[in-house]
Amino acid sequence: MYKSMRSRSDVCFDIINITLLSIVLIVVLYPLIFVVSASFSNPLAVLEGKVVLLPVDFSLRAYEAVLKNNDILTGYKNTIIYTVVGTAVNLIMTIFGAYPLSRKDFIGRQQLTVFFMITMFFSGGLIPSYLVNTKLGLNNNFWVMIIPGAISVWNMFIMKSYFQSSIPDELEEAAFIDGASNICILIKIVLPLSTPIIAVLTMYYGVGHWNSYFTALIYFRDRAKYPLQLILREILVIHDMGEMTEGEVTASQELVAEGIKYAVIVVASLPVLLMYPFLQRYFVKGVMLGAIKG
Amino acid sequence: MGKSSLSKNVGTFRERGMKINFQAYRKNFDLYLLMLPVVLYFIIFKYWPMYGIQIAFKDYIATKGIWGSNWVGLKHFLRFFRSYHFGLVIKNTLGISIYQLVAGFPIPIILALMMNELQFPRFKKLIQTVTYAPHFLSTVVLVGMLTTMLSPRSGIVNGILKVLGMEPVYFMGEPGWFKTIYVFSDIWQNAGWNSVIYMATLAGIDQQLYEAAIVDGATKFQRIRHITLPGILPTAITLLILNTGKIMNVGFEKVYLMQNGLNLMSSEVISTYVYKAGLVGAEYSFSTAVDLFNSVINCLLLITVNRISRKTTDTSLW
Repeated sequence: MYKSMRSRSDVCFDIINITLLSIVLIVVLYPLIFVVSASFSNPLAVLEGKVVLLPVDFSLRAYEAVLKNNDILTGYKNTIIYTVVGTAVNLIMTIFGAYPLSRKDFIGRQQLTVFFMITMFFSGGLIPSYLVNTKLGLNNNFWVMIIPGAISVWNMFIMKSYFQSSIPDELEEAAFIDGASNICILIKIVLPLSTPIIAVLTMYYGVGHWNSYFTALIYFRDRAKYPLQLILREILVIHDMGEMTEGEVTASQELVAEGIKYAVIVVASLPVLLMYPFLQRYFVKGVMLGAIKG
Repeated sequence: MGKSSLSKNVGTFRERGMKINFQAYRKNFDLYLLMLPVVLYFIIFKYWPMYGIQIAFKDYIATKGIWGSNWVGLKHFLRFFRSYHFGLVIKNTLGISIYQLVAGFPIPIILALMMNELQFPRFKKLIQTVTYAPHFLSTVVLVGMLTTMLSPRSGIVNGILKVLGMEPVYFMGEPGWFKTIYVFSDIWQNAGWNSVIYMATLAGIDQQLYEAAIVDGATKFQRIRHITLPGILPTAITLLILNTGKIMNVGFEKVYLMQNGLNLMSSEVISTYVYKAGLVGAEYSFSTAVDLFNSVINCLLLITVNRISRKTTDTSLW
């Protein structure tokens, strides 16, 4: 209905806007397309720089090599375990902390909030944490991937403010009068009404576990426990650092290493990118909740 | 926050609970049980390490333990301040942060403004989907993409340079390129995601304002300047405070992956230095001192920036 009122400058604006956004689209999309195309191309063609946009000399050799690589398979399996167990522990702990804090009749909530908040601004730092974890026997232990990062204060506060703003007190009160216990109210009333926030936090925690490598780098000496990201680091990053400095890699070795890289990137990112469309509708909500501070 | 007036009049059981304290304790016994593991977690994994910070002022020896090691005062801090690395890591840390803030902070805002003005919902959806996606790639994958695509022998970027008749550049090994690659790959990865919060803020601006402005004959630029920009300003300032508070804090993960022997001059930052001194070099006390110095500066910065912002713009974190 405003069309008739649009001035020439507005039309101009739209044209420039669409052009610029199309450029943004290409800039962001191109590297992603390139990686996928290169992964499906003949490794030799990739190495010679023949792949520009679409796969050249379509081949699944790289994927075959990835699926035969035991390091990658073990890393994959480990990462799935760390992600599933870790996210489950994260969610349980976050709910355990957030629900009591959301209740006005929970005495001590202000004090506890301060107690938690301090850790957002100040921490013991790398070495003191390392000493504590080592003392607890977590060094080179499976659980180091799960327990030291069991809860994020920020996410707990996000969940707490969701409970406070989205679940009517009356509902809990009614259940309470009917004789339901707090835990019963939490499980039967609060949690079923909180799917959006649970989805958002599952995504945050899950992606975090899937993508992290720092904890594993510090604590694991056992290759059998390495998560995927550490294996990726060896294949994608460390291998390449020798370039130009030592540069004594034979051509065939390089071919194998180079050819496999793009397929590895695709395989490693696939689970997260597959979940992405399903989670996208929760993004705005999640970010907004994060913006409203506890 | 945002309780309806109805519940205020009736008085919810949450509010009434405040008045009858001990009954509340008993009634909420199970809530304390829920809270117990969480509190234990924070004591063990957050507060216990804080106790360990004292080794920054001691010569930590594992067999003597944290408490038993000898006090040495500010020895480790002075050693850090006097070392050749001090100037280098501070310069690099600040250099990367400021570069990132200046180049990276406005882009999500501009992106959100542009997307907000788009008339075609499908194109808008497409742009959003694509620009958010790289956020979910891991740091290892991102740096892996950088090293392969920028590789002097087989990378596509140098391939293009060769076609144009230029000398190949070893981007990842050139100290002069480090910060630029770091900052712009971060923008590529996160600008879209960082625009989500501005998109959400923009969606909250009263549409009637725009309609009134159109009736008054305001052009698109005028509408953006007088309605949209003031609308997102508080969000932008809050994020600016947060980012400025983190200016001495360059994350470990990406820098460490991008580091190599050749670019160390411009890639060694505080967090990587702490890691190398502490865990690789096993100088626990020294590393803790560097870390503590950084933590204290970060805290002071955040408090200062927040105070300035509260005075000048009325927007603050607390």
